[in-house]
Amino acid sequence: MFNKLFKKSKNEEELTNNQEEVITKKESEDTNDISDDNIEQSKTGFFGRLKEGLEKTRRGISDKVDDIIKSYQKIDEELFEDLEEVLIMADVGLETTERIIEDVKDKVKERKLTEASEIKSILKEELKEILEDVEGKSKLNINPSPAIILVVGVNGVGKTTTIGKLAYRFREEGKKVLLSAGDTFRAAAIEQLSEWANRANVDIISHSEGSDPAAVIFDGIQAAKARNMDILICDTAGRLHNKKNLMNELNKIFRIVGREYPNATKEVLLVVDATTGQNAVMQAKVFKEACNITGIALTKLDGTAKGGVIFAVQSELNVPVKLVGVGEGINDLQDFDPENFVDAIFPE
Amino acid sequence: MVFESLAEKLQNTLGKLKGKGKLTEKDVKEAMREVKLALLEADVNFRVVKNFVNKVKERSIGHEVMESLTPGQQVVKIVNEELTSLMGKEESKINFADNPPTVIMLCGLQGAGKTTLSGKLGNLLKKKGKKPLLVACDIYRPAAIKQLQVVGGQVDIPVFSMGDKQNPVNIAKAALEHGKKNGNDVIIVDTAGRLHIDEGLMDELGNIKNEINPNEILLVVDAMTGQDAVSVAESFNEKLDIDGVVLTKLDGDARGGAALSIRAVTGKPLKFVGMGEKLEDLEPFHPDRMASRILGMGDVLSLIEKAQANIDQKKAMELQNKLRNQDFTFDDFLDQLEQMKNMGPLSQILEMVPGMNSKQLKNLNVDDKELVKIEAIIKSMTKNERNDPSIIDGSRRKRIAKGSGTNIQSVNRLLKQFKETRKMMKQFSGMEKAMKKRGRMNFPFFK
Repeated sequence: MFNKLFKKSKNEEELTNNQEEVITKKESEDTNDISDDNIEQSKTGFFGRLKEGLEKTRRGISDKVDDIIKSYQKIDEELFEDLEEVLIMADVGLETTERIIEDVKDKVKERKLTEASEIKSILKEELKEILEDVEGKSKLNINPSPAIILVVGVNGVGKTTTIGKLAYRFREEGKKVLLSAGDTFRAAAIEQLSEWANRANVDIISHSEGSDPAAVIFDGIQAAKARNMDILICDTAGRLHNKKNLMNELNKIFRIVGREYPNATKEVLLVVDATTGQNAVMQAKVFKEACNITGIALTKLDGTAKGGVIFAVQSELNVPVKLVGVGEGINDLQDFDPENFVDAIFPE
Repeated sequence: MVFESLAEKLQNTLGKLKGKGKLTEKDVKEAMREVKLALLEADVNFRVVKNFVNKVKERSIGHEVMESLTPGQQVVKIVNEELTSLMGKEESKINFADNPPTVIMLCGLQGAGKTTLSGKLGNLLKKKGKKPLLVACDIYRPAAIKQLQVVGGQVDIPVFSMGDKQNPVNIAKAALEHGKKNGNDVIIVDTAGRLHIDEGLMDELGNIKNEINPNEILLVVDAMTGQDAVSVAESFNEKLDIDGVVLTKLDGDARGGAALSIRAVTGKPLKFVGMGEKLEDLEPFHPDRMASRILGMGDVLSLIEKAQANIDQKKAMELQNKLRNQDFTFDDFLDQLEQMKNMGPLSQILEMVPGMNSKQLKNLNVDDKELVKIEAIIKSMTKNERNDPSIIDGSRRKRIAKGSGTNIQSVNRLLKQFKETRKMMKQFSGMEKAMKKRGRMNFPFFK
């Protein structure tokens, strides 16, 4: 009975198009050495890929908004309720959704709008405003060198993969990059990072599984100093934010970074899975307390997840999203651009 | 506060209706908005919420309010019942094959926790006397095979792998042969995480399924998943006709509304929940607990039921009289402790109290050991001491501390608390007399 309610998404037909892309990506991943040809190719696809990844987000929100607007002539209470629905379905979160709807209502009143079709641009404006509150801070803090990036997050969000992609990108920019394998807990996490280090052709500092993560980070810092590295990227074990002792451990690592590398530019990156619902807000809150996160990397945006949780996190915590993960390939990491992000969600 | 408990909200909304025999449609509508908000905060899919709310609304309107309950509680009860039934009542088990080996295939998005679950599930089945084999079919993620090998090593279960150059379909097929030859009666196939819209990889899963014909296909889902859980579960179910769902990372503080959404759209049962990073941390799924968790509400009714079942009414009356006459002794205190203990662990009881949500509990380290200590101290007292604590002098304190394995400070603290409680009781009963009001002070020690 429920199945009838859930109509198949229109997206599916288009997905076959993306398929080829994915397969070629897989192939280039399999051959461990990344030839220059490949890089050239994928570079041209950079924007396309982001657009492609965001396409689904856009379709998700935009199509529904269009549907709703088409079915209404005038703006009324019911229309707002339905718009609220659309945002909630996109994981925007109740509090943020209500705030957005209230603001849109105010503007509608202010400008004495009566046509339902005018809603879309107002909504877009509103969403942009939330993201732009923190604009200017959405670049990674990596200048001047030396810089250290501490990557944190709950389990399974894609920390290690994000680090691999970051390392590759920095190396491509001609920077000297060192990785520190701070996830000493999860089985084979160190091997996973080593494999990425190998693909990105950067060095890695690691201890054995089960050793003290703070010590690995410490050693990483010493090595980065001695080898005169531009950027040190530190992996940490995934931890649920309600585990007090694990958060304390993270705080210790954070303090060691501050103490041992005082002159380094610091970035503490929280990795958030785009499929995460409202819990992401809580995650950001608690991680901010433990290690003062300065940015967010939103991963797995190439699925059907809407990533609307960004709005909730930014409006409630004012921590900017800095990176967006849009695929499994080594190239599939983008700088987050609020302007483009909203434009991609609501194209003219 | 982000997560105000639903029970609290409902009681605020409906509290003013106390004494009314019936709920009006408007009252219910207001209450349903709160239910809707609570479910959405818990990440239950919007369409599932809508459907659910309509159902509850239907039941609530015109429903006679039970004498002893407020309308708010009545609605909470209906909500909880409906939610539990939506979650499925049966305790779902693994489908074992008539002819071993039983083949279990795990699938899901990236980072859901499939590889860890392979180890946990293998461990659980091994403890039940099975001989599991883990199969590494994740050839894509770097070091995924190594991870499964390490996990397998930790629980001493063999792992079958053919490296990352072979097709997963061939690996699965070969593993089946290998398992049969080596007398493994359960074969757990770990597959790579994949997006549900990635048709190539979804087809791969279909091919594995056709090749090895699993008895059980489990979809592994992160408890933190938001609205998208529905499309993920639908796609996997359409492609593979899954047999059940495992919800992982439930030891976090996400409410896990995804569980409800998935159950609602696929009709497939939740079979296990992952409750921690250790390989023992896998539990069977309890629909009723999940219902309460999603609502973020104290299970008021079962608390009442539990209390009524476990607390001897006669004893409670006696106690009340004793309190009034101020001859409450340590023996009575001990009785109370026993009754509390019958109700289960303190932390569990506290969870049932409305307004005590997990967020508050986090800062309040409820320690059953404290109760054990108190009990030990009291039990180390002589009869006379228990009846008249004033005779406990320095050397007696030393003896009691030694006898209970605690220290003098703990003994002192308890004595002081006891004295203060008695004093408080005295004031209360004084007040009571003065105001001629019927006060009920059944459990003075637990505020």
